[in-house]
Amino acid sequence: MTAQVADMGVLADRGALNSARLTQDARRESLTFLALCSPGLILVGLIIVLPIGWLFWLSFFDESGALSGANYARFFEQRSYVRTFITTFQVAFLVTGLTVLIGYPLSYMLSQISRRAAAICMIFVILPFWTSVLVRTYAWLVILQRKGLVNTWLMDLGVIDQPLPLAHNFTGVIIGMTHILLPFMVLPLYGSMKSIDTDYLRAGMNLGASPTATFWQIFFPLSLPGLAAGIIMVFVLCLGFFVTPALMGGGNVIMWAMRMEQTTSLYANWGAGSALGVVLLAVTLGLLALFHRLMGARATSVWGG
Amino acid sequence: MSAAQSALPISMRGITKRYGPVSVLADLDLDVAPGEFLTLLGPSGSGKTTLLMIIAGFVRANAGSVKVGGEEIITMPPHKRNIGMVFQNYALFPHMNVFQNIAFPLKQRRVGAKETATKVGRALELVQLSGLGDRRVDQLSGGQRQRVALARAIVFEPRIVLMDEPLSALDKSLREHMQIELRSLHRRLGMTTVYVTHDQREAITMSDRIAVMNNGRIEQLDRPEALYARPKTKFVASFIGESNFIPVECKDGAVWYDGQRLQTTSELPSAGQHWLVARPEKVRVAGGASNLNGANVLQAVVRDVVYQGDSFLCYAVLAGGEQIALRDYCRSDVLSLIPSAGAQIRLQIPAEDTTVVTER
Repeated sequence: MTAQVADMGVLADRGALNSARLTQDARRESLTFLALCSPGLILVGLIIVLPIGWLFWLSFFDESGALSGANYARFFEQRSYVRTFITTFQVAFLVTGLTVLIGYPLSYMLSQISRRAAAICMIFVILPFWTSVLVRTYAWLVILQRKGLVNTWLMDLGVIDQPLPLAHNFTGVIIGMTHILLPFMVLPLYGSMKSIDTDYLRAGMNLGASPTATFWQIFFPLSLPGLAAGIIMVFVLCLGFFVTPALMGGGNVIMWAMRMEQTTSLYANWGAGSALGVVLLAVTLGLLALFHRLMGARATSVWGG
Repeated sequence: MSAAQSALPISMRGITKRYGPVSVLADLDLDVAPGEFLTLLGPSGSGKTTLLMIIAGFVRANAGSVKVGGEEIITMPPHKRNIGMVFQNYALFPHMNVFQNIAFPLKQRRVGAKETATKVGRALELVQLSGLGDRRVDQLSGGQRQRVALARAIVFEPRIVLMDEPLSALDKSLREHMQIELRSLHRRLGMTTVYVTHDQREAITMSDRIAVMNNGRIEQLDRPEALYARPKTKFVASFIGESNFIPVECKDGAVWYDGQRLQTTSELPSAGQHWLVARPEKVRVAGGASNLNGANVLQAVVRDVVYQGDSFLCYAVLAGGEQIALRDYCRSDVLSLIPSAGAQIRLQIPAEDTTVVTER
């Protein structure tokens, strides 16, 4: 490499050295990467974009096969649709709230005890998680029904005279779903709590914050990403839940997914079923966007750190 | 920010900490003078961090007393101790910006918004970060985080300041720069400071006094110059700076090596086998016989010479088989004297540059 200043012509030539070849290489490289991605892209297209598009398309045709908005008009005309919609969100909000109330203290305890003890306790959270939802729901039925474990004991002990209505109703659905969805709250919460460095809490106390103040001003905000992830997961799973409300509700609690199943398998009305699916998808996405707006700014700022 | 006159002394007595059967700190006493910069220096596992954690209140001692300005703090919960601390990884709250981080201790003390703004502004100015208040913590460089942590630790005018290896995460040049900066900041604020490090060079650069810790005890507590020139134990001599250890026998009030009587100005321990410590830069190559008066001259064979740019290091083997290192700067007058491997040389160790230490 010569240090002397060359004339402009030489510099210009040097600037173009191998540039055509290098540009070509760059283009070929990006094409290769695109080709490598293509199996994944095709798969996503086939199993996500295509079915949803088809669902969307179907929802605009009535039973006779004519293009119409009848499937959507029905949401406003029929009271039962509105009721289903309201029930679904009642259940979703209540179950999400309950999993937060139970899951947060549980995760906090798990994150504070020794690793070994936490691993053992975690088994009790995870083990049901690995069991079939159907099996767990039937187990709850056995426990909660009129002549189930809870009612028999309470009556034997003389606490109650009449069996409590715990199954085949709203209460039963909430109990069953809260139990089944709890791990989806605990796992992300535990993960984010475990990753909070104890030095943050020490620093908080060192700087004069009482243990309570340290919890609310440092630990809680730092656990928000896990809480947000848990809330989103539980809430979205609630909206589409089928088995537990169908069994625990005993036909008295009709949720969105059950209505869809009725429409398609009982009445074979695919257009109406599709419209239900589209509305559920739209509402879910809308709520997620809203949630992200409310939590997102704080949650991402924590993730950023 | 408080000036030097309000600095408080720390007095520790009988600090004992055991984890099950393992003793981490054994009946330790330590006094820190008001406004002093005292460093706890030692290898990992020496108990230096545990001692700091006991002062801060994050570790509960089995027994002992820690008094700051005469007030017992060892029984206080950490949030009532009013001690500023800089953590090893800074522990800046990631969900708060720079201003909120520094304002945090003031908020806990219910300081008004206006006063908070003034104090945080002054603290930021002190650590040369004015105007960065609304930066997010993850937008700061390592050196800037270090400064924010420092500002947060002093903004509420704590009684004393603790620092737990605060510079260990920085690269070498930044670390050396921050050492100087921390020291000048300490001089300006005059707060009693306890600093923990395993880096002997850092300790020597920054401290008024250094407590060298080993196995939960203080091996030696002294000014840096004294520690370097007059180590009391072999551990201190080997931990601080580089050392040559020559096995010697003390008898009849004199020091003997390989049948040769050596002179030293050091205090002599009781009779028996001990070590004579000589720093590599104090050992000289004896060029001609002219400049030697015969004292402490040892025959040696050069094994290797390592050129290091500004200096060279020469490894030679003594008659008894011990290796001895010699360092000198590459000045032109010295360059001509650098021996080559295999050469027979004579080494001289001036009596005033030797120390006799015991094994323990």
